[in-house]
Amino acid sequence: MNMRRLIGAALTVAALALPAMAVQPDEVLDDPALEARARELSQDLRCLVCRNESIDESNAELARDLRLLVRERLVAGDSDAEVMDFIVARYGEYVLLRPGTGGSNIMLWAAGPAGLLLALIVAGFYLRRRAASPGRSEDDLSAQEQARLDEILKD
Amino acid sequence: MIVELGHFALILAACTAIVQATLPLIGAQTGRPALMAVAEPAAKIQFLLTGFSFAALTWAFIGSDFSLRLVVANSHSLKPLIYKISGTWGNHEGSMLLWVLILTLFGACLAWFGGNLPPGLRARALAVQAAVGVAFFGFILFTSNPFTRLAMPPFDGQDLNPLLQDPGLAFHPPFLYLGYVGLSMSFSFAVAALIEGRVDAAWARWVRPWTLAAWIFLTIGIALGSWWAYYELGWGGFWFWDPVENASFMPWLLAAALLHSAIVVEKRESLKSWTILLAIMAFGFSLIGTFIVRSGVITSVHAFANDPERGVYILAILAVFMGGSLTLFAVRSGALQARGMFSMVSRESVLLLNNVLLAVACFVVFVGTIWPLVAEMLFDRKLSVGPPFFNMAFTPFMMVLGAVLPIGAMMPWKRAKISRAIRPLFPALGLALAIAGLAWTMQTGRSLVGPIGLFLGAWLVFGALTDLWSRAGRGFNVGRYLRLPRADWGRVVAHSGLGVTMLGIAGLTAWQEEDIRAARIGESFTVGAFELTLEGVRQVEGPNYVSTMGDVRLFQDGQEIALLHPEKRVYPVAGMPTTEAAIDYRFLRDVYVVLGDAQDGGGYTVRTYIKPLTNWIWLGALLMALGGTLSLTDRRFRVAAGAARKTPVAPAQGVPAE
Repeated sequence: MNMRRLIGAALTVAALALPAMAVQPDEVLDDPALEARARELSQDLRCLVCRNESIDESNAELARDLRLLVRERLVAGDSDAEVMDFIVARYGEYVLLRPGTGGSNIMLWAAGPAGLLLALIVAGFYLRRRAASPGRSEDDLSAQEQARLDEILKD
Repeated sequence: MIVELGHFALILAACTAIVQATLPLIGAQTGRPALMAVAEPAAKIQFLLTGFSFAALTWAFIGSDFSLRLVVANSHSLKPLIYKISGTWGNHEGSMLLWVLILTLFGACLAWFGGNLPPGLRARALAVQAAVGVAFFGFILFTSNPFTRLAMPPFDGQDLNPLLQDPGLAFHPPFLYLGYVGLSMSFSFAVAALIEGRVDAAWARWVRPWTLAAWIFLTIGIALGSWWAYYELGWGGFWFWDPVENASFMPWLLAAALLHSAIVVEKRESLKSWTILLAIMAFGFSLIGTFIVRSGVITSVHAFANDPERGVYILAILAVFMGGSLTLFAVRSGALQARGMFSMVSRESVLLLNNVLLAVACFVVFVGTIWPLVAEMLFDRKLSVGPPFFNMAFTPFMMVLGAVLPIGAMMPWKRAKISRAIRPLFPALGLALAIAGLAWTMQTGRSLVGPIGLFLGAWLVFGALTDLWSRAGRGFNVGRYLRLPRADWGRVVAHSGLGVTMLGIAGLTAWQEEDIRAARIGESFTVGAFELTLEGVRQVEGPNYVSTMGDVRLFQDGQEIALLHPEKRVYPVAGMPTTEAAIDYRFLRDVYVVLGDAQDGGGYTVRTYIKPLTNWIWLGALLMALGGTLSLTDRRFRVAAGAARKTPVAPAQGVPAE
């Protein structure tokens, strides 16, 4: 069910009669380098009234305000980090689509590497046991299994 | 009347499911064949009843029966017929009915085609399947009845959400559900095997086709959804890491892992417990996905708290089935004896590595999806986890997988030498490196995403071709290629499909060009190697919408190559606008044009994208599905499935080396 955006779209419609379309021509900065930075940053910022959309993608009025704010700060000479800090200070960390690594979030970021490490260790032990175990040899079928095998192969 | 009959049929189907979930199980435990034999007719009856019930609801939608609450909320008399039909499952209640319909369909298929299964296993698997059915029949009947009537029927309906009125999305849910719910089959087989305490090559051979079928449908369903998002949402993204998307992606990853581990069980009688666990977890993630989508818990914890009934019910289903089967697993998995031995470097180990990568990748997606919820409940932090996180945390797993896959596919069972597996791959490696190097020199100063993606994609495709070539005796004898087992063809096609998808993703992510401007009528502008002219904008009336349609001529090297019609539609009944991008699809690139708002000074906002290799994303998905289908029709499954065929078949010439 790819129903993403339904709620976002519904909210948008409720909020304004005429939805805008993501980045508008009049928002684009004259300096292409600054504009490129603004686009990068916009992709990491959440449109707060939408469902899982970045302000770069969103049609909502609020997203437009945020896009303009980002550009305003960039033109004022802020670094990327300063722009993000400025916006997080105003809107909270909810606005970040790439959550920070601070505090409990370390668990989120560590989940992949830790999971992989753990899985590799378990798999490694399993493999060593498989390689070493004397076990039964594979030709060692029980009579019942042999009968069943013959039955399968017969067809 | 028909609607009431449909409701009644649904209740009868639920009763049949209760019978099917209990009697055959008792019969199998106590060794009474008469009780076990209840399972097959019950499964068929259950399917027919649910089918009738679903048909009754569809009938109400087609006939626009506005005395039904569901039809009022999701349909309109002016809607085209196809969307009246797809409206049946374009809502919560109807989609759950489709869910159980497919669940019972799989049960019935097992009853129809499972003739040569051991009776005990078949009875138990059908009983487990019916138990899942009971839970979901209860869910529909008690919390989400689609057959509720209205005392005062309105004159017309409120229309289906316009975003869903689209051919891509009309068929997206059925495919997705065929996949989701198809995994219930692997689950039922796994639980049945745990009850019996026995997993062997024959078991794996019966389970694998079901898993394969589910995975094929899931692949097609996800691809359809992603394609729909690409052309419908207006800026041409193909994947958004939305919780609802992740809900379908997690079972897909685990099903892919299960496919591979089931091969090890079938061929080598190893990895049994792990395969059983995977089968349980794959369906578990289907249930989790259903929970995420149906409860709304991820959208907002508060939405969930306001209307907890449905969410709590599914959570209970999840707890009972996962808790039950995992407990059973803990108790019984010790009884599953592994047989085959293999060394650290072997096909078995590589398949295990494949499983590790896919399972951990799935875990990462899972953690990312539920993290906002966990953070809010446990740490009182309101935060978002969006695409930037997933791209960073998930992509490395796919890169490693892509890098290892061609080597792994060349390894023999039991004992292998890496150097021997790699040597035939040198030409493939060289070609892939050359392509990546070419891309790197042509794009000065851009990110490495493109070249790396191209390398991995090309490596996978050429690696798969090398695999095929060495299976066929490293020659060009056409007959030998045709005589290869279909499973070999399936593997090669599916693996190259993964490569083609990676090529598409790399092309789109790395080299997309974008142009946003306010264009006046008659104005021409250049984007990349293309020139576009906005010829005009007119109002067009559709069956249930009004459209503002642009006429955009597309030129390349002064030659007109297409006339595009980007649209902005407004659906007055639902009160919603949609954008219909106009796309000039070509093999190597798409030109994607979106019409925006009218500008104050005259003219319109026009957004143009050049999207290289984009179609390859879905072409690759199709190839993966095709590979799965080829594998599904392999002789060993047809033999296992078609017990009725008694024509003597020549004994296999040797054992196919796989």
